[in-house]
Amino acid sequence: MAELRDDAPISASKRSDKIGDARTNLPDAKGDNLIGRSVTINRQPSELFSYWRDFSRLATFMDNVERVDVLDGKTSHWVVKAPGGKTVEWDAVITEERPDELIAWASAEGADVPNSGRIEFRDAGERGTVVTATILYDPPAGLIGKVIAKMFQREPAIQARRDLRRFKQLMETGEIATSARTRKELEEETA
Amino acid sequence: MRALTWHGKHDVRVDTVDDPEILNPRDAIIKVTSTAICGSDLHLYDGYIPTMQAGDILGHEFMGEVVETGPRSTLKKGQRVVVPFTIACGACYHCGKHQYSACDNSNPADNQDIAQTLYGQPMSGLFGYSHMTGGYAGGQAEYVRVPFSDVGPIVIPDGIEDDKVLFLSDILPTGWQAAEFAQIEPGDTVAVWGCGPVGLFCVQSAFLMGAERVIAIDHFPRRLELAAKFGAETINFEESKTYEALMEMTGGIGPDACIDAVGLEAHGLFADNVWDQIKVSTFLGTDRAHSIRQAIIACRKGGRVSMPAVYGGFVDKFPLGAFMEKGLTLKTGQTHVQHYLPGLPNAIMEGKIDTTFLISHRMPLSEAPEGYKIFHDHQNDVTKVVLKPGLDRVSA
Repeated sequence: MAELRDDAPISASKRSDKIGDARTNLPDAKGDNLIGRSVTINRQPSELFSYWRDFSRLATFMDNVERVDVLDGKTSHWVVKAPGGKTVEWDAVITEERPDELIAWASAEGADVPNSGRIEFRDAGERGTVVTATILYDPPAGLIGKVIAKMFQREPAIQARRDLRRFKQLMETGEIATSARTRKELEEETA
Repeated sequence: MRALTWHGKHDVRVDTVDDPEILNPRDAIIKVTSTAICGSDLHLYDGYIPTMQAGDILGHEFMGEVVETGPRSTLKKGQRVVVPFTIACGACYHCGKHQYSACDNSNPADNQDIAQTLYGQPMSGLFGYSHMTGGYAGGQAEYVRVPFSDVGPIVIPDGIEDDKVLFLSDILPTGWQAAEFAQIEPGDTVAVWGCGPVGLFCVQSAFLMGAERVIAIDHFPRRLELAAKFGAETINFEESKTYEALMEMTGGIGPDACIDAVGLEAHGLFADNVWDQIKVSTFLGTDRAHSIRQAIIACRKGGRVSMPAVYGGFVDKFPLGAFMEKGLTLKTGQTHVQHYLPGLPNAIMEGKIDTTFLISHRMPLSEAPEGYKIFHDHQNDVTKVVLKPGLDRVSA
């Protein structure tokens, strides 16, 4: 049978077996659930890349990330909020890096949530840069973990979309939009 | 501080709440001196707009004095400012194209999900207008936190009274944009559905843009009279058949441009309206859309339809065939307020546009619930209610 013509990205596929294609594009792929999200940011790729490359700053706009400790040039330690006030942790190792273009990573052995992925920065001319995050992960405690995570609004696909929006806000406007009225409200929002 | 809060359908109260604080570098805090109740606030009052929460502070037409500024605000303490109801960052692609109400960044990331699900893409943040548009506290309060204060607020020189410039926050630019969207050419006949504040500003704007005739449609005698004062011909839809009247008044052609300034709570005993009403009250539909349907049917072939009116959800029996076969153009959207500043303030200073005629009632903030009630129940006499928090301070 002839190959069907379809230029849509894998993340929009209706077929679950397509996830294999994402795995073959990732060195040292880990995880069976795929998230793919793009956002266009009105800034140069180099500016966005260099902000992102300092992983210790990612917690500024990633709401569910408590902190990222940079261990060496390739390794970082991630502490991420989980449902019920708990945290999950892992070490991430950079598997590929092209300055101003892409960073790929994979979690090291013993990760609470095995994951891998890449973040790409593609020059979009006058519109700035298209930033695409592709993430493969295994939810904690399989399916049940995912259901619980969804209930607590920490579902990774929703988080990824919101995190990218906050990254865009921070890069374009210098701040992250909030409709809180008081400091107390703001703290409750980001808790 | 004291603030007007929403608690449910026809239930608004003046409560004591925490004062707002500077939270982001570009914020400013405004001490409100004048704030109006908008016709679109009545959609909230009547419970038509989803994603409202008990305790939400309403109000998106306001002005006041700068009392606090963040490190990246360009405002200075003591300045008087009018604040646009659309919150815009000034830095994203859409702001760059002056499509301020489509700002990518002013709606907080978590709130954007609701609008993205319903509309495909999220819109900008708005003051005091549900959580889908950001969940920002509104201006019917003593103080307001104004984000991106270096982009939106317009500084008003001393000596110009509030009532002259307050409507720059929403309804004047909204009426002006609607007329601009109607792409009026010299000699045009423009029909305007609804002679509320926005409709009346459409009438004034259409003439300034070169319309030869403006035909205003409503059923409140006082509002039709105001339209006539600005030179419009009138149709009272309770006395006359609107479509037949428009056809005869334009020599069988139909108006060149039609503006719907009514929106999702259209009045009148028309078959489609009654059907819409039944569907809305049984949750089968969301909006009553009689005026936009009639505008499309009445509009001349190849004409233009402009829709400043607010719609929130879905309608059926939309005359898509007439729209296509006649080759009409429809333009709509929340107002890109910042785009019309400073042009419109100049038009006010030069006396080209009159705004103060609208205000029928001035009240202290403490009487805001009464203001909502009379604006809702007596639309003939109550054309605009302006709340003055300062009146409470004087009497306190």
